[in-house]
Amino acid sequence: MTTPARADGYLRVAPRRRRTERITRGILFAAALLSIGVTFAIVLSLADGARSFFSKIPLIEYLTGTEWYPQFEPADFGVLPLISGTLLVAAIAIAVAVPIGLATAIYLSEYASDRLRTPLKSALEVLVGIPTVVYGFFALTFITPTIIRRLFDSAGTFNALAAGIVVGILTVPIVASVSEDSMRAVPRSLREAAYGLGSRRMTVALRVVFPAAISGILASVILAVARAIGETMAVTIAAGQLPQLTANPLEPIETMTAFMVNVSLGDTPVGSIEYRALFAVGATLFLITLGLTMISNAVVRRFRQQYE
Amino acid sequence: MSKIAATPQVESAVRRRIAQPPARASERLFQLALMAGIAIALIFLVTLLIQVAVRGIPGLSLSFLTDLPSSDPGKAGVGPALVGTLWMLAGVTLVAFPLGVATAVYLEEYARDTRLTRLIRTNIQNLAGVPSIVYGLLGLAFFVRFLGAFTGGRSIIAGALTLSLLVLPVIVIASVEALRAVPNSMRDASYGLGATRWETTRRQVLPAALPGIFTGVILSLSRAIGETAPLITIGALTFVNFFPASPTDSFTVLPIQAFNWISQPQAEFHDISASAIVVLLVLLLSMNTIAILLRRRFEKRW
Repeated sequence: MTTPARADGYLRVAPRRRRTERITRGILFAAALLSIGVTFAIVLSLADGARSFFSKIPLIEYLTGTEWYPQFEPADFGVLPLISGTLLVAAIAIAVAVPIGLATAIYLSEYASDRLRTPLKSALEVLVGIPTVVYGFFALTFITPTIIRRLFDSAGTFNALAAGIVVGILTVPIVASVSEDSMRAVPRSLREAAYGLGSRRMTVALRVVFPAAISGILASVILAVARAIGETMAVTIAAGQLPQLTANPLEPIETMTAFMVNVSLGDTPVGSIEYRALFAVGATLFLITLGLTMISNAVVRRFRQQYE
Repeated sequence: MSKIAATPQVESAVRRRIAQPPARASERLFQLALMAGIAIALIFLVTLLIQVAVRGIPGLSLSFLTDLPSSDPGKAGVGPALVGTLWMLAGVTLVAFPLGVATAVYLEEYARDTRLTRLIRTNIQNLAGVPSIVYGLLGLAFFVRFLGAFTGGRSIIAGALTLSLLVLPVIVIASVEALRAVPNSMRDASYGLGATRWETTRRQVLPAALPGIFTGVILSLSRAIGETAPLITIGALTFVNFFPASPTDSFTVLPIQAFNWISQPQAEFHDISASAIVVLLVLLLSMNTIAILLRRRFEKRW
């Protein structure tokens, strides 16, 4: 902000106006501080719930256990099946989102005319605007029965593949828009230099623009991973609720987020160990996504090239 | 003979480049691959919309909008869910809109570049990346349990506050951008006439930035009413056969109602789930149309 003369500071202002000035500044500042308060409240709620969980279940058992049966007697709280389910869906999602997202970004940035860009970008915005419960509906009632089960007899009604595919499509706009922004930020002069050397459009896109924009592209992929890991409704609806350690995308699995929804839907008594597990899993999810967001920011800072 | 003597290596490289066939095939193939990528996303989108429309539209009627949910899919309606969604809309507008705009005004118009200001900015960016279901846990621990005496537990207030915090970062980021687009000359002119900072902000900057702010706010409101997971986590009900009338009542919303019906095994329930989704999408579409019209109507003129 480069605002000069602060009238409230060193110009003569009537006391009443000065008081209004001081009060409004205070109110606005309080509003801004509230966002820090939100972070504290999140950390506090998660830490408090997780602490009471880990007072009953040892951290080691939680992190290394391969069975997750919170409702059984005796209950098992090994988080690995939930993490493997989450990662399986995220891996499928990324396998879908990265090629489609990058193709879209390169096309929008290097090939598309302005007349084509606007409608294409609007279509991406529509993809963002559709609630994720709708993606879940589509995965369960169309992708699984019409596509997956026709191709693979062994696929179940609930499977990780259908969930991964729709989560992939819903993260395409993240990869596409963040990558496109960083490709368009590559200066024209670099492209013109390459064209001057006789390069073709494809060579310019892949050998000049792509490497120059790599920080933004990497950041977009990490953000998409974070989004896929935190995605909830599509996965809950389409991937099932069977926590198991498997890499087979045709099997039903349970993700961390789906577990959280399923516990919340049931009549879990407050203070029960399952209720506390909700917060332990939430804390795990929060730490993973926060870590990814911070890595993504660091990647941008580390590899950012300055073109001035 | 030219004066510039090319080394043999350069000469052969140039000859090779010139002699190289235009390789149109790989270029064309590459462009086709890019377009195929976009086509997949577009086909997905179109198929999704058609699928929802084909299954959902036949079940739509006026009584579907006003009826209570029922164990008989033929008689069920989305009345309470629609009312719950409208409650959320009102609550989030009331809470997140002023808070978000106030935060943005502080960051853009008041704050100097201190460590605290940078912390607030980074923090808002990070909050925007927190999965929505984590906000649900915050709402459960804080608004439902800790402040349960005031909010009424799993109530409309608790839901609206949770969603407000969820969309707050989005509103702040959009509003900051709208404020940044207001040229400094407007501020300078106002200060030059002796206006204080708040007078300048209220009379000049905010009115100029308002269309941009409204657009951002409407888009984040449409995100709020499409959210399902955080509301399930705070304990919004999946079966509500009454119309919530007070902010401390329990409630459900359209996406939860749709989710509840998808979770039933019978195909008839899947059909009315699609109908509920159509109602939700029409609501979202009209909100987005308003946002676009606002943007067109008040397109900035500097």
